[in-house]
Amino acid sequence: MDLYKQYPIRLRINEQDRDFEVESWVTLLDLLRERAGLTGTKKGCDHGQCGACTVLVDGKRVNACLTLAVMQNGHDVTTIEGMAKGEALHPLQQAFIDQDAFQCGYCTPGQICSAAGLIAEGQAKTVDDVRELMSGNLCRCGAYPQIRQAVCKVMGIEEGKAGAASGADGFTTGPVLA
Amino acid sequence: MNPFVFSQARDVDAALPLLSADGARPVAGGTNLLDLMKEGVMTPSQLVDINPLEHAGLDVIEEHEGGLRLGALARNATTAYHDLVRSRYPLLSAAILAGASPQLRNMATNGGNLLQRTRCVYFYDIGTPCNKREPGTGCPAKNGINRQLAILGTSEKCIATHPSDMCVALRALDATVHVKSNQGERAIPFAGFHRLPGDTPEIDTNLQPGELITHITLPDADRFAEHSAYVKVRDRLSYAFALVSVAAALDLDGGTIRAARIALGGVAHKPWRVEAAEAALVGKTAGDAAFEAAADRILEGARGYGQNAFKLTLAKNAIVQALTTAMRGTEFAKRGTE
Repeated sequence: MDLYKQYPIRLRINEQDRDFEVESWVTLLDLLRERAGLTGTKKGCDHGQCGACTVLVDGKRVNACLTLAVMQNGHDVTTIEGMAKGEALHPLQQAFIDQDAFQCGYCTPGQICSAAGLIAEGQAKTVDDVRELMSGNLCRCGAYPQIRQAVCKVMGIEEGKAGAASGADGFTTGPVLA
Repeated sequence: MNPFVFSQARDVDAALPLLSADGARPVAGGTNLLDLMKEGVMTPSQLVDINPLEHAGLDVIEEHEGGLRLGALARNATTAYHDLVRSRYPLLSAAILAGASPQLRNMATNGGNLLQRTRCVYFYDIGTPCNKREPGTGCPAKNGINRQLAILGTSEKCIATHPSDMCVALRALDATVHVKSNQGERAIPFAGFHRLPGDTPEIDTNLQPGELITHITLPDADRFAEHSAYVKVRDRLSYAFALVSVAAALDLDGGTIRAARIALGGVAHKPWRVEAAEAALVGKTAGDAAFEAAADRILEGARGYGQNAFKLTLAKNAIVQALTTAMRGTEFAKRGTE
């Protein structure tokens, strides 16, 4: 039993096939940053609590720190580096700039990949939905209102309506819902 | 992470011999297991990736004998948003969506959700004693950091809680867990799937070595679909484990209770349900008096350990709130406001 075996894998990363040989324990996050040279994806907590490592696998947002590279053999990965098309920014990237949706920027790649996943999922209809469904991405600078505004702007969700969060990300009471 | 051998199984029959090896564990979503491996809490020598079993039908969600069959490899998000789950089992959908984050729900599977380990800080910190992690070393939680921990069904050895939201709804809905091993197949009623800590807190469930969860079935619960609510109380509004959660469902004849289901999360080593309390509600008028009596019955024998003593009051209030919300209706529960 060779515990230190190298596993040959092929991933399609940002529309390019890439081949690697990795040990079993290498996470997708470490593969992207250390082996693929794609350091846009950030390591925050490395425990699935902060969302800084969010990427899209086969179009779905996941925490790259909590999956193994060998488990993603044959899969399609999109990172922040794959969001823009040439010189044209992704609408979410432009909206984050327009809304001033970051300060230090460390969480931003994860926020934008997460928002792209949120839009593809099609479950968010209101400002409150967006807030709840972006809750897997922490921003320790506290740019949440601007992040929410940026995502809502791209989705065409109007802020300030009844039932919509009005300003500070605050507190709702009542049951937790589907 | 410790070094380990990695393999992938293409079908169940190929997976079972791999899983019967000493030190082998299945990995699917990986959201809890890989985290525990990073912390050194779990150190399997072999991981068997069962994700390819999706292509062998283990991710299917379909109607089954009047109820529902949930594939073990269906993702939590897929399950929560599935039309059949939303329309026929809104309690399950609400419970799943109350847990974790969208990213984690995209990764985590139904089978894996059942096998989550406790988030007790001593279990996670290999520098401290923990009877669950290292039997016989002791339980610092009883007199230590225990705000999140259990008030019911505890033992001298362990006061850990089971962290799942989904399992609370599955318990209320009388789910059955179906497993397969080299010895054959068997069905485990949900009540008997998770264990109380007793003298063996290191054993979370009655799943035997080499057994693989293939699917979960739910009996018909349409009579509860109009009056279901999942109330989760936590330290922040989203993306946190429950201090107390309550899955409540009522079958009402006008204002009279025909049947009730109540299960609690965040209070014990397994989803907590007292069927005698539900039986006592039958024929009663739905309202505070009946709901408070049910809460008292459910919480009989509860005790606090210092930091978590507030849960005694919180749990009672959460039960009453969940039942009141269920009474007002599933649509009310979804809106959360008049």
